[in-house]
Amino acid sequence: MEIKLPANPITRRWLGLSPALITIFIFMVLPIALLGVYSFKPADSYGGVEAGFSLDAWIQLFFDRDLDDTLIFDSIYLQIIWRSVMLAAIGTTLSFLVGFPVAWYIVQQPPERRDILLLLVTIPFWTNLLIRAYSWILILGKNGMIEQPLLAMGLIDDSLEMMYGNMAIGVGLVYSYIPLMILPIYASLEKIDFGLVEAAHDLYADRWAVIQRIVMPLCLPGIIAGCILVFVLSLGDFISPSILGGGKKMMLSNLIQFQFSSARNWPFGGALTMLLLMLVAFGSYFYIKASRKSAYLEK
Amino acid sequence: MFTNVKKKAGIIAAAALFSSATFAAEELNLYNWVDYTPDDLIAQFETETGIKVNLDTYDSNETLLAKLKSGATGYDIVVPSQNFVTIMISEGMLEKANIKGMSNYKNVDKRWQSPPWDPTQEYTIPYQMGTTSFSINMDGYDGPANSLKEFFEPNDSVSGKIQVFRTPDEVIPLALMYLGHEQCNENPKDMKEVQALLLKQKPHVKVYNSETMVANLASGEIMVSSQWDGYSMKTRLRDGVTQLKYVHPKEGIIGWFDSLVIPKGAPNKANAEKFMNFMMDAKNGASISNFNRYASPLDATAIAAFIDPELGKAPEINIDSSVPVHFSETCSGKSIKLYDRVWTKVLL
Repeated sequence: MEIKLPANPITRRWLGLSPALITIFIFMVLPIALLGVYSFKPADSYGGVEAGFSLDAWIQLFFDRDLDDTLIFDSIYLQIIWRSVMLAAIGTTLSFLVGFPVAWYIVQQPPERRDILLLLVTIPFWTNLLIRAYSWILILGKNGMIEQPLLAMGLIDDSLEMMYGNMAIGVGLVYSYIPLMILPIYASLEKIDFGLVEAAHDLYADRWAVIQRIVMPLCLPGIIAGCILVFVLSLGDFISPSILGGGKKMMLSNLIQFQFSSARNWPFGGALTMLLLMLVAFGSYFYIKASRKSAYLEK
Repeated sequence: MFTNVKKKAGIIAAAALFSSATFAAEELNLYNWVDYTPDDLIAQFETETGIKVNLDTYDSNETLLAKLKSGATGYDIVVPSQNFVTIMISEGMLEKANIKGMSNYKNVDKRWQSPPWDPTQEYTIPYQMGTTSFSINMDGYDGPANSLKEFFEPNDSVSGKIQVFRTPDEVIPLALMYLGHEQCNENPKDMKEVQALLLKQKPHVKVYNSETMVANLASGEIMVSSQWDGYSMKTRLRDGVTQLKYVHPKEGIIGWFDSLVIPKGAPNKANAEKFMNFMMDAKNGASISNFNRYASPLDATAIAAFIDPELGKAPEINIDSSVPVHFSETCSGKSIKLYDRVWTKVLL
């Protein structure tokens, strides 16, 4: 049987893209749009939404209703959002500080060794994220794998209290997402012509200058891709703050989850989700735009 | 080569279709709380009936309600507490079943037949009942262990070693009880006091989580934790925290009663009814309690031969008559809003 393809190349292109587009539309665009619609509806007190239109969810983001129904400015949700953004920024910075040298090291290895190292980087990804988080409790926790030998050797005589705090959150974030930082940086480092590095050395550039002036600009696309991936995932991370951090401080993701469970306020959950989405979209848009400009200037 | 692949794919697809068709008639999708389902009982049900049980778990009534409200179908049995049964019935989320006509219904304790949350006994069969309070590892603890004060305003020996449940619905009722205010409170002034109390407690708290208390008590990371009576007993007997005491505070304790219900649109309703009847069997009902260490709502004489004698003597489930037991009610939307406000501020 012979299938006739449409003659028009543009039609053909759209036809080829259609399976991907339809999938994305049904499984991503549609559910998100639904949440957007929900955010403009009145909340049903047992979860779900009622028919009608209401701006309550969006008002709740910034205002609290006083007893006599007057609106007063209220920053608690903005504080939670700000804290999540800061945490994601710190997680991204730490991941870069650890991930870049690792990617650099892997690129320096002979090709057959590189494949093994890359495989090792991705191995933790084969296990469920939740299980990995619980494993960290065994490692960092009281009488855990780090404390026990130190206690036995008499180097410490009380718990180091490593679990359930900022440090544990940091470790969780970096550990969870670092392959997403290493892999794109590696991919762009791999393409660098190392003749340029040698040339720079010939021109009396020291190691730092080589990294700063030659390597970094050339692998900027990889760094940006890695940073965006890690930042976006950290911003929505749920497991590190609640399991490793002890859940003492709500993050944006916990807040959203809370609206759909205990609070039974789906419209507000929808509004928060839309806000998170906008933050991520604008953030990455400006980031990409700015970096394109700087990459262009470098040339 | 190509036709070969196509043929293979066809066979696999046919096999998948066939197997799902044969299994569909003999499956039961059970959605229950974490660590609340005895494995051997499930295995026994599977061999007796040939029905395969798929277990999925949750950590709070709110999670269950949200999941069902979001339109999740496919579950045949879920296990809400009494106040959530009321919500689910009023929202039309449950299937009716001929429970009074089931052969093992006669085993249910008379006191729990046609309970207030299901007065016609058309939706629920009893599963387990218990209380919510907190436990103290008495190893090195200095205090009487008889008041909610020791949980909300702990002394120095356990400061920084406290775990609190992650849902306001399990914490705020105890706080209201401690402050002497009424439950399902709609008065902002009272709730401000609750907020102040929880904020005062916070510096002493290490973890807010409703799942990890057993591991944390066992490792010594935590000395005081939100707990349910049976889970506390399990931690004491199974996980080796021998000095663990489940506190019956003089101010009062929260009671709960979990039931098996069939959610609307359950794909295997007939199997769910078989499962309900199976769970009301005297021997099986006793095994549920022997595993979970919660009190059984079945008739004491019916299960006497099967129940672990240790359970009858256990300090966790035998509450002195001087301690008031308060069963959680279904709160209004107004008080839920206040609870959430308080909880968000506490975890800010």
